[in-house]
Amino acid sequence: MKDFIRIRGISKHFGDFAAVDNVDLTIEKGELFAILGGSGCGKTTLLRMLAGFETPTSGTIEIDGVDVTNQPPYERHVNMMFQSYAVFPHMSVEKNIAYGLRKERTPGKEIAKRVDEMLELVQLGNFRSRKPDQLSGGQRQRVALARALIKRPKVLLLDEPLAALDKKLRERTQFELMNIQDELGVTFVVVTHDQEEAMTLSTRIAVMDNGRFQQIGTPKEIYEFPANRFVAEFIGTINTFKGRVAAVADEGIKVYSTEAGVTLTALGKQLVEEGQEIEVAVRPEKIFISKEKPESDDDVCIEGVVDDLGYLGNRSLYRIRLESGKIVQVSSQNRRRSITRFLEWEDKVWISWRAGSAVVLLD
Amino acid sequence: MWKKALIAAPYLWLLLFFLAPFAIVLKISLAEPVFGQPPYTHTVSLENFAFLFSDKLYAITYLRSVFMAACATLLCLALGFPMAYGIARCGRATRSLLLMLIILPFWISFLLRVYAWMGLMNNYGTINSLLLWAGVIDQPMQLMYTDFAVFVGLVYSYLPFMILPLYASLERMDLDLVEAAQDLGASGSRAFWDVTWPLARPGVIAGCLLVFIPAIGEYVIPYLLGGPESLLIGRVLFDEFFVNRDWPLASAVAIVLLLLLVVPIVLLQRYQSRDQENTA
Repeated sequence: MKDFIRIRGISKHFGDFAAVDNVDLTIEKGELFAILGGSGCGKTTLLRMLAGFETPTSGTIEIDGVDVTNQPPYERHVNMMFQSYAVFPHMSVEKNIAYGLRKERTPGKEIAKRVDEMLELVQLGNFRSRKPDQLSGGQRQRVALARALIKRPKVLLLDEPLAALDKKLRERTQFELMNIQDELGVTFVVVTHDQEEAMTLSTRIAVMDNGRFQQIGTPKEIYEFPANRFVAEFIGTINTFKGRVAAVADEGIKVYSTEAGVTLTALGKQLVEEGQEIEVAVRPEKIFISKEKPESDDDVCIEGVVDDLGYLGNRSLYRIRLESGKIVQVSSQNRRRSITRFLEWEDKVWISWRAGSAVVLLD
Repeated sequence: MWKKALIAAPYLWLLLFFLAPFAIVLKISLAEPVFGQPPYTHTVSLENFAFLFSDKLYAITYLRSVFMAACATLLCLALGFPMAYGIARCGRATRSLLLMLIILPFWISFLLRVYAWMGLMNNYGTINSLLLWAGVIDQPMQLMYTDFAVFVGLVYSYLPFMILPLYASLERMDLDLVEAAQDLGASGSRAFWDVTWPLARPGVIAGCLLVFIPAIGEYVIPYLLGGPESLLIGRVLFDEFFVNRDWPLASAVAIVLLLLLVVPIVLLQRYQSRDQENTA
């Protein structure tokens, strides 16, 4: 079914401040949808409106064809996994997980059966009678997940699900979450400030800022074709060159940039006019670095010197200073092992990228 | 070494100034009164205790004291819980201001504050004057020297001792827990009884003990605000000691009161440790 969650013209004002400002969004059934943004962008408020903890100032929310805008949280078929996990400290793991079904007055036998299923799903079978303070952070999170899933909600809301875990556990949990989502087919809505978390977890991402969506798309679309400067800079790092549109050709938009010192070609669906001031953006990993001038004519080649460099093991980061003083960031894979450094500070280098790697950015 | 000394110091203090006097009181309670210095013999008998149990007046006074203290404790809890909850949910700055206001009365002598209530509840005091002036009543109400006045005094004096431990346990509670309960299908009141109340229980128990124990032996409030017929155990104790100069009987009254207090404390403590075992 299409349009499983339909959010129309939703706003939430706190006094004069619009935390969420006239937002529209549709999410399909079974999607793993991420709302990504910095703190204070309104993502948590939006999630709380989906859960029913906040009433929208205006607009409507429909879930599975039912208008839930004014339903209290305990009547919605939506469950939430809190950022703090909010596992009840005075109840055992088992009782925590059973809580939702108890409130529904499900028969005891049925509760026991489903608690067992959930314990198996989150692999906490041996911990069923433990109290939360005897569990690790990762285990507590799985209790919270099982507790939220046992009512078989139509939508599971996850507030920063991985934020409190260490790096190793994050990676594992990430895949576990994806597997569980796949197995149960529940629609997941994840709120996060961590772009990596959003990119790996979700099928689609909405990037939010100032209470509005800046871009909605697949992780790839958002990374490769950011809609504006905010999205481009929020997701990963990006180099931008100010310039003036010289021509609009079939293979892309030709932009003359004094910062780059050359004419750049950029892709973009935006409508631009000749002479307009725009920006051209290139991701650091799309730029090649070499000591000799590359021979290809299609590529953009610019000369510069190494301003700074950093060795990260799997890759190295370079900051290249162009003649105009502009600093360009380059990230290159360390494919070959070498004891001696390939480049040193103040080395003269050429940076180059394929014409199709650059995109147009408007504000 | 220093650590042991530090721990030993308060124990020595308690031994010297609690256990030793207690032993003396116990000894006196087993003696007989005589005229002289000291006003008791060095004999040992249980006569005083037998007398306490044979005279119905004492039993009634003990029961009345327990009843009054229990009612005052429940009133403090009923008033204090919403107040503590409200304070715990305020912003940081408001919170410290409100806590300050709760503690502020302690800056004035306890006795003065009780006297102030006498001024308020007098037949021609502030409350009656206001009501007369407003035309709500046409002759002064008898407020002073009633059980009502004693309750007012007890609740007023001991409310902070209820609010502070309640606040401490409510302030620590994660609000997400209540929302999680609601999210899982509990209505607002259900979520309160499932989550807020059990997590506030250590505070409730501490607050109740802090109010009940001093309230049961309270002397000043019933003496100043209560009527002559509202005999409470603190008053009896005082009268036996200073009016009748019957030290042994007064000591026996004190010992029984202590036993009366020890029983609920031990019960609550056992309950609390069982509670903690369940949590642990």
